[in-house]
Amino acid sequence: MRLWAVGTASGITQSVMGKVATRPVEDRAQRPDHIAYGIDHELRSFNGDLLEYAGVLCSKPLATAPRIPVIHSAPNLEYLSDGDVVRLSPDGSVSVLYRRSSRNNTILTTERCNSFCLMCSQPPKTADDSYRVRMILRLLELIDRQAIALIVSGGEPTLLGDSFLDIIEKARTALPQTALHVLTNGRLFKNKEFATRLAAIGHHDLMLGIPLYSDLPELHDYVVQASGAFDETIGGFYNLAASGVRLELRVVLHKQTYERLPKLAEFITRNLPFVEHVALMGLEMFGFTPRNLDVLWIDPIDYARQLEDAALGLATRGMNVSIYNHQLCTIPRSLWPYARKSISDWKNVYLPTCDLCGVKEFCGGFFQSATKRHSAHVAPCVPLSGKSLAYMQQLHNQIADSAALPG
Amino acid sequence: MTHAVFHPPARYLACGAYELLPFRFIGLDDRVVVVNEVGEYELLQQDEFHQFVRHSLSPSSDVYRNLKAKHFLRDPESLIPIKLLATKYRTKRAFLEGFTRLHIFVVTLRCDHSCHYCQVSRVSMNRSKYDMTPESARAALDWVFRSPSRYLKIEFQGGEPLLNIELIRYITEEGERRAAASHKDIEFVVATNLSFLSDDILTFLKAHSIGVSTSLDGPDFIHNTNRPRPGNDAYETTVRGIGRARAALGKGAVSALMTTTRLSLEHPEAIVDEYLNQGFDRIFLRPISPYGFAVQTQHKTGYDVHTFLDFYKRALDRVIEINRGGKWMVEIYARILLTKILTPYATGYVDLQSPAGAGISVAVYNYDGDVYATDEARMLAEMGDKTLRLGNLHSNSYEEVFGGDLLRALVSASCVESLPGCSECAFQTFCGADPVENYATQGDVFGHRPTSRFCARNMEIIKHLLRLYHGGDDFVRQLFWSWIENVPVHSLIERLPA
Repeated sequence: MRLWAVGTASGITQSVMGKVATRPVEDRAQRPDHIAYGIDHELRSFNGDLLEYAGVLCSKPLATAPRIPVIHSAPNLEYLSDGDVVRLSPDGSVSVLYRRSSRNNTILTTERCNSFCLMCSQPPKTADDSYRVRMILRLLELIDRQAIALIVSGGEPTLLGDSFLDIIEKARTALPQTALHVLTNGRLFKNKEFATRLAAIGHHDLMLGIPLYSDLPELHDYVVQASGAFDETIGGFYNLAASGVRLELRVVLHKQTYERLPKLAEFITRNLPFVEHVALMGLEMFGFTPRNLDVLWIDPIDYARQLEDAALGLATRGMNVSIYNHQLCTIPRSLWPYARKSISDWKNVYLPTCDLCGVKEFCGGFFQSATKRHSAHVAPCVPLSGKSLAYMQQLHNQIADSAALPG
Repeated sequence: MTHAVFHPPARYLACGAYELLPFRFIGLDDRVVVVNEVGEYELLQQDEFHQFVRHSLSPSSDVYRNLKAKHFLRDPESLIPIKLLATKYRTKRAFLEGFTRLHIFVVTLRCDHSCHYCQVSRVSMNRSKYDMTPESARAALDWVFRSPSRYLKIEFQGGEPLLNIELIRYITEEGERRAAASHKDIEFVVATNLSFLSDDILTFLKAHSIGVSTSLDGPDFIHNTNRPRPGNDAYETTVRGIGRARAALGKGAVSALMTTTRLSLEHPEAIVDEYLNQGFDRIFLRPISPYGFAVQTQHKTGYDVHTFLDFYKRALDRVIEINRGGKWMVEIYARILLTKILTPYATGYVDLQSPAGAGISVAVYNYDGDVYATDEARMLAEMGDKTLRLGNLHSNSYEEVFGGDLLRALVSASCVESLPGCSECAFQTFCGADPVENYATQGDVFGHRPTSRFCARNMEIIKHLLRLYHGGDDFVRQLFWSWIENVPVHSLIERLPA
């Protein structure tokens, strides 16, 4: 699925944002929040009454172009439906910013970052992109108020400073029922005041997902390519916990992190027992990863022992633990109950061989990028039956009822 | 995309020699256990230990890395280890928050049993002489609510406290009223031999969610021998009472404690099995207290510490075997020590802390209005030595008792951080001090570690638990964690059925 497409623009001097509407919006005052959408034929249901909308998005050129922003002939956007939020830009690009039917909606706050992780899937840029803030504040007004969860990501969102807090505050007031999962490296929360100010917003359902790659500063700093990052992140964990902010700890598994994973699990239970959830995550073959493959790649089969030791060790110590981005055929069966379908829907794929698999319905599959490299041990599993089938079905029903899993 | 330049691992290594952070050490078989100020530990080979303390570990060695991650050493000028240690140190001592939480009310000294090891009770019907008065109860409640703790627990003790049920009713209702008014949480427990249960009493206990703690020393021949009673039916009475209390209050509301006497020593398996057969999923293997009639009846009840340790280990083995058979069962003393050894947390167990729980975690209000820092101190007083009496509800003020010289002396004499023989002990953070036992058995509150039974017992049990945990048996490791987390193993770990 592509969240970005280019068509032909007309009448756009600056980008506009709106909720997709496939039928006329009765309340005329609401129309500036909407973008009329359809193939040319469908748009006729609007009876040419398009002037009050923020813009028009259609699959073919309109017979008579209205004097409002229009983009036509942008491909592969058939999946759009009412309530989705899109942005139309003067260059003809269409960005899908929110999909009402998805649990994986991510708000990209900035592409800047103060770390430079070996396996970054979204390599940072240095240009000032603070213009995004105004757009995000507007986006939060347009997102469906019934939305279950949103992910706030980057780059490093906290680099926005006060604007980061503004975004959280806006999410609180505009989306009072929506959970917010912020992905941050936590380093700037070494500043206690920043942590206190975040907590003071009093967001109704906020969780920060912060990565920690090792129990040793030198290893963590190497992975994130930043001296002192370990100390700052640990300081951040403590300041946030002391302020009452809920925390998740994330570990990406690769050749630099798997060996001490059981030790990291022990470190977490002794030093960071307040984290509510630990996510042990597989590598995404995207961004910097393909370039650093020689220092990163290890077949998940070859770290099965460490993964099992860490995951079951954390569970045994009363911690809430999940395994993300792993295929069931590449991890020990003892870990199947901990594996989650974590990969965002728009980049989630299965391989042809998966069609022969008996447990595909319980498997999270692959990142699209895994076509470049994946475990050599991917193979169909025999189907479950009886008790084990019922067990997995029940487990996955429970998970489906809970909030989104940003992967 | 930015032109990406990645730096090699060496760039992020600390430069300069590492510094040692505070730790203590002790030999364990052919290895050395090092333990830091917050109870984290590593098992080292002798040569690894020597390299460590000589600052000659290589930064690429696992030993260096493990010790660094646990804050036994740090790179020059790195402050995070100090901050983490400080936080963990506070967490380990969270039991000091709130001051006195447990308040024991000796509502009567009268009892129908005449147990050999009993410290205090009297078989008597003289109510005016041995019952606590309502005036004393009211004064004691005043002091309970002077405690700054937000969580309060009142334990009714005796004698047999149910013989003075009227006063228990008064204290409970008045305690609940005051707790509601002062926004505190209060809970009650009664330590009873269950002889005097009635429907009326059970209805009352249920209405106020009062827990029941009873004594069960083992199978009938042990229990009846330890706990004589007219008719020699203590065991039957207890078992019947347990069933009745469970039916009325729910299974979880009824617990039992055992005391190990000389007779018990030969029967560890039978005692554990008795608990299992009676439907208990926990047993607390307790040595006899060196007080009360236990001292006078040494020939019947006494034994040396090594005999007790043999008993403890055999009984613990039995508990582990029962778990291996698929039935979850906890040994409480191991659970307390394992929590101290394996987690960053403190326990609420007042008999193994530093400074000791005496007075600052627990206080005893005796039937006659006297106040003691521990139950053992009042037992000593019943034997005629009132040295450790903190004062009296009617003739002293709260400040005189809880801020007085005697309590201050007990606190300062019970910090393992400074006690001779404890200050350099590797197991310091797992252990505690008992100034009252020291006084009773060794003549002064400081005690003498080389001849202390308390010390010998805890040292060996801690070593035994470490050996078991590191013995390579995954079942035992998971079982120990399930004890710490207080849930059966199968609720800790998700398991896909075969």
